[in-house]
Amino acid sequence: MSIVVGILFAIGTYLILSKTFLRIILGTSIIGHGVNLLILTMGGLKKGGPPLRGLQEFIFTDSLPQALLLTAIVINFATTALFLVLSYRAYKVLGTDDVEKLRGCADE
Amino acid sequence: MNNLVILPIIIPIITGMVMVLFRNNIWLHRFLSLLATVLIGIVSIMLIEQIKTAGMQTLYLGGWQAPFGIALVADMFAVLLVLVAALVTFCCLCYAFSSIGRERGRHYFYPLCLFLIAGVNGSFLTGDIFNLFVCFEVMLVASYVLISLGGTKVQLRESFKYILINMLSSFLFLIAIAYLYAMMGTLNLAHLSVRVAEAGQGGVITAVALLFLMVFSLKAGLFLFFWLPGSYSAPPTAIAAIFGSLLTKVGVYAIIRLFSLVFYHEPGVTHLFIGVLAAVSMVLGAMGAVAYWDVKRIITYNVVVGVGFILAGFASFSVVGVRGSVYYLLHDMIVKALLFLLGGSIIHLTGTGRLKEMSGLIRLHPQLGWMFFVAALSVSGIPPLSGFIGKIFVTAGTFQTGYFWLGGIGLLTSLLVLYSVMRIFMNVFWGYTNLTEETEKGTTKGLLPSMAFLTVLTLALGLGAEGIHTYVDLAVEGLLNPHIYTGTVLGGNGQ
Repeated sequence: MSIVVGILFAIGTYLILSKTFLRIILGTSIIGHGVNLLILTMGGLKKGGPPLRGLQEFIFTDSLPQALLLTAIVINFATTALFLVLSYRAYKVLGTDDVEKLRGCADE
Repeated sequence: MNNLVILPIIIPIITGMVMVLFRNNIWLHRFLSLLATVLIGIVSIMLIEQIKTAGMQTLYLGGWQAPFGIALVADMFAVLLVLVAALVTFCCLCYAFSSIGRERGRHYFYPLCLFLIAGVNGSFLTGDIFNLFVCFEVMLVASYVLISLGGTKVQLRESFKYILINMLSSFLFLIAIAYLYAMMGTLNLAHLSVRVAEAGQGGVITAVALLFLMVFSLKAGLFLFFWLPGSYSAPPTAIAAIFGSLLTKVGVYAIIRLFSLVFYHEPGVTHLFIGVLAAVSMVLGAMGAVAYWDVKRIITYNVVVGVGFILAGFASFSVVGVRGSVYYLLHDMIVKALLFLLGGSIIHLTGTGRLKEMSGLIRLHPQLGWMFFVAALSVSGIPPLSGFIGKIFVTAGTFQTGYFWLGGIGLLTSLLVLYSVMRIFMNVFWGYTNLTEETEKGTTKGLLPSMAFLTVLTLALGLGAEGIHTYVDLAVEGLLNPHIYTGTVLGGNGQ
C-alpha cells in the first residue's frame, strides 16, 4: 500500500512540475488520491466487521479513517472542479496554457 | 454545553445561502451581510462575558461527548479573534458597498464573503483537528472564488498560483493528520494533548509537529510567503483587505493553538524553529517592503513582517511574550485591514500604484492623509497607538527568555517598516499637488466612514489597552495552561 502511495506522489509531483495547466491539475488530483490512500493505510488495514452493537464479531474495523476519507474526497472533488473551470477561463482570457508564458503582462 | 458557540459559524452560512436565492437584489445582500456580521459581533461579546465569569464554553455536536463526537470549543483567545474578525469584516463590507462595483456584487460577492467568515470562525472555534482542516477548506474555497472574481488578467494569473499552492498545502495538512492519527489514534485536540503528554513527545511526533508547522506556515505566510505578495495585490481593495487581515491570521492562530496545546513539550526544537522562521520572515518581509515602489506591494510585504512579529512573541513561550503576541495579533488584524483600505483608496484616487507618479494628495484629501499617518505610526508601534503595547510585551518576552537576537531583529525591522510606510506617506501626501479635483480618477465618497471606524479602533485599542487587559490575560492563561482546555473539553472521559 505505501509503495502505491509513493508511486502516486511521484507521478503527481512530476505532473505538477510540468508546464501546462491541465497536467498540473491532473497532478494535484493524483496527489489527492495518494493522500486518500495514505489516510486509509494509516488507519490500519485489517479485516473485521462493522463496528455495530449486537453483531457477534470480535474484530472491528476502524470507521474513522473512512469518514475522513469521504470528507477529503468531497473537498478534493470540489476544489479540482473549481480549478478546472478557472484554468479554462484563464486559458481563454490569457490566451495560453503555458505557465512560463504567464510571467509579466504588459498592462501591469 | 452552550449553543451560542456554534452561532458564529451558522449565522454567516445561513444568511449566505438565503442571499444566493435573491441574486439581483443587491440592497438585500448589503443589508443581510451587515446584519450577519453585527450578529456575530453581538454573539461573540456575549460569549466573552460568559467565558469571563464561567470559564471556557464547549458544545458537543449531536450530544456526542468528546473525544467521540466533534466538539466546538470557545476559549477567550478564539472568541477575541472572532470578535475582531467580525469588526474588520464589517468595515471591509462597508468599504465594498461603494467600491466593489455592481458586476462583482451581482456575482455573489457578499455571500462569498460570509462563507469565508464562516470558515474563519469555524477554524477559530473548532476543537478537532480534522474539523480544522474542513473549516480551512471552506475558507479557502471561498477565497479561491473571491480572488478570481471579476476575471481580470492579473487576477486569473495570480489565482492559478494561489489555488495550486493552497491545494498542495491542504494535501500536506491531510498527510500530517494521517500520521498523527496513526500514532495517537485520536483527532480531538484536547484528547491529542492528553495522549501526547502521556506518551511523551518523541522524535517522530516532533517531526509530525514540524510538518504541521510547514502547512500552517504556508497558509500564514511565515517564511514560506513567496505566493503572498502576488496574490494579495491582485484582487480589489476590499477583498485584499479581508485576505490580508484574516486569512494569514487563521494560519497564525492554528500555529499558536497546536504548539501551545499539543506539541508544547519540546520548545527547544519546535519553538526555536518557529522563532527562526519568524526572524527570517521579518527580515525578508522588511526588505521587500523597503525595496518596492508600489503601494500594494509595500503593504503586502508588511503583512509578512506582522506575521513574523506575532510568532516571535509566541516563540519565546513566556507569559509576557505570549501576551504580547495576543495583543499584537488583535492589533495586526485591525491595522492591516486599515492599511489595505487606505492604500486601495490612494490607488483609486490617483489611478496608479507607483509612488513616484503621485504627490501632494494631502491638499485635496486631508482626512485620508491624516488617517494614513495614524495607521503608519500604529503599524510600526509608536506609543499611544495599538501596536505599541504588543510590541513592548513581545520584545520583553523575547529578552526575558534569552532570545535577544529575535527581539533585536523585531525592533530593527519595525524601524524598516516605519521607513517603508512613511515613504508612502511622504511621496503620496507631501509635495507639489499634481492632481486637481477634475483629474482625479475616483472619489472617496462612501469610503471614508469605514476607514475612520478602523482608525478609531486602533486608537481605542492603544489607549484602552488597560480595559481589555483582563480579557487578554485570560486568553494567555488558557494558552499556557493546556490542562484547563483538556479538563473542560474532556470532562471525565479523558482516558
